[in-house]
Amino acid sequence: MAHFTKATSIHDWLNQRLGIDKVRRVMATEYWIPKNINFLWAMGMVLAITFSILLVSGIFLLMYYQPNINTAFDSVNYTIMREVDFGWLWRHVHAVAASVVFLIIYIHMFTAIYYGSYKKGREMIWISGMLLFVAFSAEAFSGYMLPWGQMSYWAGMVITNLFSGGSLHADGLVEWIRGDYVPAQAFLTRFFMLHVLLIPITILGLIGLHFGALRIPHVNNQDGEEIDFEVEAAKYKSGDKAGSKVIAFMNDFMSKDMMVVGIYLVFFFYLVFYHYGFAMDAVNFDPADGLKTPTHIYPEWYFLWSYEILRPFSTNIGLIAFAFAQVIFMLLPWLDRSPNAVPASRRGLFKIWFWVLLVDMITLTAMGKVPPSGIFSTIGLVAALTFIGLWVILPFITMFEKKV
Amino acid sequence: MMKEFLILIIVVAFTLVTYYLVEPFAHSKMHKHVESEHFEYADLPALTKTGDVDRGKGLVMGAGACTGCHSIKVAGILPSIDATTAAASYGVNPPDLSNAGLIFDAKFLADLIKNPAHALKLEHKYNAQTGKTHPMAKFYGAGGDMNQEIADMVAYLQSIAVKKEKLTPKMAFENACGRCHAMRYEKWTQIGTKPTFKKEQDSLGFDVKMLDYQDSLKAYLGKLPPDLSMYYLSRSKHFLETFIENPQSQLVGTAMPRVGVTAEISEKVIEYMADSADTKRVERKEIGKNVMIYIIIFALFAFLWKKEVWKELH
Repeated sequence: MAHFTKATSIHDWLNQRLGIDKVRRVMATEYWIPKNINFLWAMGMVLAITFSILLVSGIFLLMYYQPNINTAFDSVNYTIMREVDFGWLWRHVHAVAASVVFLIIYIHMFTAIYYGSYKKGREMIWISGMLLFVAFSAEAFSGYMLPWGQMSYWAGMVITNLFSGGSLHADGLVEWIRGDYVPAQAFLTRFFMLHVLLIPITILGLIGLHFGALRIPHVNNQDGEEIDFEVEAAKYKSGDKAGSKVIAFMNDFMSKDMMVVGIYLVFFFYLVFYHYGFAMDAVNFDPADGLKTPTHIYPEWYFLWSYEILRPFSTNIGLIAFAFAQVIFMLLPWLDRSPNAVPASRRGLFKIWFWVLLVDMITLTAMGKVPPSGIFSTIGLVAALTFIGLWVILPFITMFEKKV
Repeated sequence: MMKEFLILIIVVAFTLVTYYLVEPFAHSKMHKHVESEHFEYADLPALTKTGDVDRGKGLVMGAGACTGCHSIKVAGILPSIDATTAAASYGVNPPDLSNAGLIFDAKFLADLIKNPAHALKLEHKYNAQTGKTHPMAKFYGAGGDMNQEIADMVAYLQSIAVKKEKLTPKMAFENACGRCHAMRYEKWTQIGTKPTFKKEQDSLGFDVKMLDYQDSLKAYLGKLPPDLSMYYLSRSKHFLETFIENPQSQLVGTAMPRVGVTAEISEKVIEYMADSADTKRVERKEIGKNVMIYIIIFALFAFLWKKEVWKELH
């Protein structure tokens, strides 16, 4: 058993019991981050802040939201938006954050792809990050059901239908997921549970894993340089902060993060107050009506690229392509056969692959929303085939990459 | 530093392109564009005669004329039957004409009196083939110059209507839309604002009358017209304007008549719809300003902190 002495201060008392000095050292003042990074490295903190905003605003909304198919719509659009003081503010914050969080996730993800931050010991960071993407997607979808508007209902109908597996006709599975033949009370209540309990808990756990996975391989840097963290940390601690290649998480890295967070929040609150329409689809301001299919059914923008991989094909092939798109990013560390963990700009064909992938996904995103007819279906089909093709050729173009 | 700036430009550019494609571009491809007619009712003939209020009064009140079905509360003519009973006979409760002269465009009113189905753009429903006639009978004249008589009636209706400044958005909505559309967030039903009753029986009694009225409407129009509480947000403002001035332009064959309101009244109606659906729009702008000031100050301090910390890192 540890030896305790009479405490000289509250700090000392806590320190003897919780080791707060050590925790602070390990977690903050001696957690080393490379110095050679740009603002894209702050996206993790931006995401943490956005997730906190979602959590806090969600808690406030939860106090008035009613998960009942007869009252859900009005509890959001009347009670929260009109009756509750600042209810509208929390709802706008929640809706905008739910949309913007995906923009940041995509930036974060493409940063990792560009700088090769999923290679050489960083595979678990990538995997846990992709699991977070899946969890956030499920969180976004389940949350979208809750206002019980037209788009909630019909998106719920369309997406749960995917589980019938086309020609497999697994209608029993679809009914099991819905708890009914169509989205109804059982459906709403279970998606409510998922949204406010099970998925948030999962996300919190995965965030822990994601942070933990960073610890041993350390954060990557702008040039993919392999840094001897112990040597550089010693240099920093000896006082040669300018000469060291590392900085402390607190306050060095944090101060830069907060600068980026500050700029981000200006953008974020501008959207909340003056430009929120993109995050609150007009169609969802009509109450759910199972007898009235909306003219256009489309998911939120962040799902459009994978939706468009589903759409241009016949049912079965479309579902296979869709399933492919859902899992393929997870396998990136193994499909990329190159020995180099450096920025794409120094990797020859991979550089082209990266930019084509980015442009292709934006194309898919755009085509996923417009009506699938005429030139748009052709562009969508080509973009979907390009997406699949890109992943098929990735091992081959990276296999022959020269070591830099 | 320059490199970071370049990266920022690339990130912002890709974000804006994506935004443009999924929002303005995609929506322009999804919805057909209808040009505004600016509430000119160009298809209706202009009034050629100058109306006489007194003669108009005689015609409106005359036997077998307007007051046979319409009440005019400002002139002391009260409805002889309640809204539910009226709807049972006509399909919908005929409007009270007190403010008709202000709410509706004069050309529209004149054409409506002469040929309701034409003015309302409902000739696809009421014509010789279907054998149906609009519940409001055509005016065949009272023996004199019919155009003069119609001009007189319009002049009378204009003379009794409230002053423009006195017409609230709520009145505009109730007159133009409220006999077919409910707006539950404003407690409006097709038979009027639901009062707070002390006894449950009275409340249920009101509901029964409302449901009976709605049944008549369903039979008359084919379906119950939607509740408009959230329409300001679920439809664009441009959609509402063009739909109000000519429903057929957006939804061919709809049972909704052209309402015939003036541009000013349409503005008032839409303002009322905004009051229901986007109640906090003024408060949002005010609070938005304060939050923006606060967050810019926060960003400035964050920037200064970074500068301070990084001084010894370079």
